[in-house]
Amino acid sequence: MSSEHGHVPHRGRPDPRTEQHLTPEQIQALEARVKALEAVLVAKGIVSPATLDELASIYEHDIGPMNGAKVVARAWVDPAYKQRLLTNATAAIAELGFGGLQGEHMVVVENTPTVHNVVVCTLCSCYPWPVLGLPPTWYKSAPYRSRVVIDPRGVLREFGLELPESVEVRVWDSSAELRYMVLPERPAGTEQLSEAELAALVTRDALIGVAKVNVKSDRA
Amino acid sequence: MNGIHDLGGMTCFGPIVREENEPVFHAPWERRVFAMTILAMGAVDTLDAFRHAIERMDPLQYLTSTYYEHWLAALETLLVERGLATPEELATGSARLTEGTRTPISPDAIAEIVRRGVPADRPAAQGVPRFRPGDQVMARNLHPLGHTRLPRYVRGKRGMIVRVHGTFVYPDTNAHEGGERPQPVYSVRFSARELWGPTAAERDSVYLDLWEEYLDQA
Repeated sequence: MSSEHGHVPHRGRPDPRTEQHLTPEQIQALEARVKALEAVLVAKGIVSPATLDELASIYEHDIGPMNGAKVVARAWVDPAYKQRLLTNATAAIAELGFGGLQGEHMVVVENTPTVHNVVVCTLCSCYPWPVLGLPPTWYKSAPYRSRVVIDPRGVLREFGLELPESVEVRVWDSSAELRYMVLPERPAGTEQLSEAELAALVTRDALIGVAKVNVKSDRA
Repeated sequence: MNGIHDLGGMTCFGPIVREENEPVFHAPWERRVFAMTILAMGAVDTLDAFRHAIERMDPLQYLTSTYYEHWLAALETLLVERGLATPEELATGSARLTEGTRTPISPDAIAEIVRRGVPADRPAAQGVPRFRPGDQVMARNLHPLGHTRLPRYVRGKRGMIVRVHGTFVYPDTNAHEGGERPQPVYSVRFSARELWGPTAAERDSVYLDLWEEYLDQA
């Protein structure tokens, strides 16, 4: 199997928390339950099938980490924008047309040669939807949520990121309605790249803080 | 409540399992649950009540089920508790239309709802926030039986105010019958050693966003 940054992730025992390990019987039961729920909500006029499709489609096609990547690239090329982003992230992100559900109150934290930031929600799975889309399963899983606050360096090592002792690690636990995005360091050797080319380097994992941005990087 | 959802600081769950090229939804039923939950929320209850409904799941069920199963369970729970559906209706998928049906939102309105979001901040009340950046505080040793956003791993720990975020709806009351009770939310820095003891890296830290009622002057 391939993986970003050439790092092979750990593969533990079959995990009941991941969708792939549901049995066909469990999936059938879930499908029936969800179908019944939808029929009831539609009959009561609380939702319509068309609105459900429209909403899901927005998160499948229009909203995702490519939005956060554009914000980062703009901050890398425009120092005044970066300043606005770090002091009032919600307004600065809105300048690029992003905002709304689960990103109503944004904070952006900056990685530097001496400070590394990483984001989590230990109590549920809060995540900045307008700039990152819906969270990956690992971000919502018990192993990540439990351990990144107590052993951030060990967790980052699992993601292939070894930080020297001299770097200060800051973990941001999204315990209220503020939503966090990391502004990663601009990699060396990118001085000639355009804003769009820079955005193409920025991965989802770098925006969460479990990876750095590399010059040659697969999108996560 | 001191529930299984409050995972911060546990080390028993093994390696983080990642999936390459993960799809936004793994199955059509997940896609439906996601959209139904978001759209029904306005009719059903607050986001805080929804989170609390997940927290009230059976702990064994919580740990062995997937994310959207949590959402599904919470949505069903709230629909029944608020009298919007009966367990029989949810089991059969056949609604008994006893009350006036609603008019669902038009698909054309969805993009605007997503763009606007549901802000949780409120106008500041009279008087300044109790704490200022630089103040030393201690997270209260509270163990409410209802909803709270004060994780166990910071209770009784000392930290420092780094930022005043503004005034926000208080989840501990808003999830129940207590109303919004808006109050200041602070970014509070806890050193890793204060939380985890002397083996933690000296300069590392964890930042949490905590409501004023969670904090005492230290």
